[in-house]
Amino acid sequence: MSDAAVDKQIATSGTSQEKRQPMSQSAKTNLFFGMALVALIVIAAFTSDAFLTERNLTNVARQMVTTGFLAIGMYVVVRSGGIDLSVGSTVAFAAVLVSGLQGVVPLPVAIAAALGVGVLVGLINGILIAYLRLQPFIVTLAMMGAVRGAVFVYSETPTYASDTFFLKVLGAGKIFGVVPVPFAIFLLVIPIVWVFMNHTRSGRAIMTIGMNPETVRLAGINVRAKVTLAYVICGFFAALAGVLLAARLGISQPSVGVAYELDAIAAVVIGGGILGGGGGTVGGMFGGVIALAVIDNVLNLFNVQSYYQQILKGLIILVAVLVRRKPEN
Amino acid sequence: MQKLELISLQKRYGDTLALKRADVTAKAGEVVAICGENGAGKSTLMSLLAGSRQPTAGEIKIDGKPVAIDSPHTAFDLGIRTVYQELSLLPDVSVAENLYLGELPTTRFGTIDWVRLHREASEHLEDLGLTGIDVRKMTGSYPVAIQQMIEIARAIQFEPKLLILDEPTGVLTQTESDLLFKQIDRLRDQGTIIFYISHRLEEVLELADRLIVLKDGETVDQFFRGDCSKDRLIHSMVGRSFEAIFPQRGASEDQEMLAVRDLHAPGVDGVSFSANRGEILGIGGLVGAGRSEVLRAIFGAAPRLAGEVLVNGHVISGKTPAAAMDAGVGFVTEERKRDGLALDTDVLENTGLASMSRVMTGPFLNGPKQKQLVREQIRDLDIRPPKLGQVLRRMSGGNQQKVILGKWLLMDGLQVLLLDEPTRGVDIATKIQIYRLIAELAADGMTVVLVSSEMPELIGLSHRILVMKDGKITGEIAGDEATEKEIFRLATEDANEDDKEQAA
Repeated sequence: MSDAAVDKQIATSGTSQEKRQPMSQSAKTNLFFGMALVALIVIAAFTSDAFLTERNLTNVARQMVTTGFLAIGMYVVVRSGGIDLSVGSTVAFAAVLVSGLQGVVPLPVAIAAALGVGVLVGLINGILIAYLRLQPFIVTLAMMGAVRGAVFVYSETPTYASDTFFLKVLGAGKIFGVVPVPFAIFLLVIPIVWVFMNHTRSGRAIMTIGMNPETVRLAGINVRAKVTLAYVICGFFAALAGVLLAARLGISQPSVGVAYELDAIAAVVIGGGILGGGGGTVGGMFGGVIALAVIDNVLNLFNVQSYYQQILKGLIILVAVLVRRKPEN
Repeated sequence: MQKLELISLQKRYGDTLALKRADVTAKAGEVVAICGENGAGKSTLMSLLAGSRQPTAGEIKIDGKPVAIDSPHTAFDLGIRTVYQELSLLPDVSVAENLYLGELPTTRFGTIDWVRLHREASEHLEDLGLTGIDVRKMTGSYPVAIQQMIEIARAIQFEPKLLILDEPTGVLTQTESDLLFKQIDRLRDQGTIIFYISHRLEEVLELADRLIVLKDGETVDQFFRGDCSKDRLIHSMVGRSFEAIFPQRGASEDQEMLAVRDLHAPGVDGVSFSANRGEILGIGGLVGAGRSEVLRAIFGAAPRLAGEVLVNGHVISGKTPAAAMDAGVGFVTEERKRDGLALDTDVLENTGLASMSRVMTGPFLNGPKQKQLVREQIRDLDIRPPKLGQVLRRMSGGNQQKVILGKWLLMDGLQVLLLDEPTRGVDIATKIQIYRLIAELAADGMTVVLVSSEMPELIGLSHRILVMKDGKITGEIAGDEATEKEIFRLATEDANEDDKEQAA
């Protein structure tokens, strides 16, 4: 054998070892989680007469909307490699503002103002993180406090919604007499976000930034703008959650929304999201939202004290992360 | 782009001058090789052209007009494409998406046109002669060599005016290298300017129309095709001739220092050998033969399933790196950036990592003493820049490697040094220094186990060479009798016999 041929063979046989199948493992776990969720629902249906009633299911649907919208925004931010702790405060600001402005300005203006606040908070987060390169955790932690303070500056006392359309349709309305309007909006937004994240340039950019920002930057993509966009989207959906919460409850406490970011993060993580970017699907996040809502509901039906609920939720998050843990090489 | 001029380009990081003064002129259709040791400023120069860094002084002129390449995006718009030394593909994204990252085709609804993307990606790869790649599959599922070709394919798909290739053949096999050279010829004929960086001097001499030599951040020499020999090029790069690369082998002593008995570990299937005091024991074989795995198992970095390791007659009872270190074993790992270094900390921190116990005063770290020890290593190993506070990420590969070596040499009671590809990605001058160092250590009684894919290195340094295949040792050759052919025969022998059996 000639030396050149020897070299060639050495080189070729060397590379064949590197093959791997990156997706199969996570596909299996997704299936596992899907089945666990179905099992949970089946068990709930069999053990509690109240679970499968229309009234209860409508309740579950209504209650998952807030966490749901926060989880959507959180999903986008987490895929970009970041985190947003300020969403709970944004919920409060949007809720208090959209109620407080009613009777002062027309409803669409009030809603636009509330959503605008969310976008503004996201923009500030995004600029500080993407352009000034501060850590997402710290920036949004600071914003969490600052925005909460701003809510109290605006109103120390609860604000009340007065607009009939706002309360009766957006808050309490049902499509076909069954599906609560806020939940319907949530169901509508989920596929839109899925298309955005998976099938548009901006969405793919956000997804890939979470995998390796430098590669994406070197591919000529404006990483800073896309990261900022992720936080703006998150802020927008947090404000939307606040608006719909105000419509559902009618009364908006300036203290509402404390610790909501934790449920949103939990939903994303249960759905396969990886803090730091690089994992999780919209479907998984959706499943995570449903799972959290069903668990809360079932525990309520069985009159389990809320402290135990918190312990159980904590355990479920840990189990979710453990199951998805990558096997060590 | 008819003419590209780089005039007195300078790049400063803090108080380090990474590029002092680079002057390069290139004409359309020229392959320009940028030669120089690691740390000479090649990568810095390339990053200025790629727009990922901006020069602190000097000018870049295209066709006589000054341009500011202030971002990778601007570089793209100017038709400048770069293939980086380190893979910059996303492993968990499809081949097609990687190929068109930043330029994904869209439908009229603004969504991504996957059908068109997949079709164009397939066609493009086939045009380059890369067949049998499913562009829908995850990029990480392909071997590194194919990934590198995908990276190259990405760079040349839009017919760049300036193509920068930084060590493109490092992981390529001959077949793929040939495909690349064909593309380089084609682009050259079309008038593309190609900047080519490679440690493989033969390759550079064959390909380049113009050779620019960078030394200490300055362009010091320029040669044209045919008027330069390998020796002259090395002389220009290193400042001295390339002779006697490998130092004389000292005599090893007749005292067994390391013994491995029937070692089983992931990828290791019953390996036994021993090495004497002062001996350099080479381990050859193909990638994946289990060479690195043997070292990892000895050191306790991978689980030892069965078998035992003895140092100086004593069994290492623990299965952790700490136990191996207690017994006097040090381990320079294969991938220094992944597991050999804390890249964002400094020389002091990295070099002092394995010798904490030497510099403790009671429960406290004796800072001045540690600094003193590390300073000695910096001086002995000629680490540059010679600063305790130098951050590793900003050092050349060769100097990073010296820091790792320094770390182990400082360890208390080091008797056995395991080296896994100690000169990978290291420039020639540093390689020679490392070879000398290894030989000196052995002459002073150190036992060295050397895994290397560079055959000349393995043969030139080792007293004895073990060859592995499929986790087993298939043969042993004395260092001064070893040839590349013989090593290769042993590294593939079983497979050949299997073939015969199948044929029969």
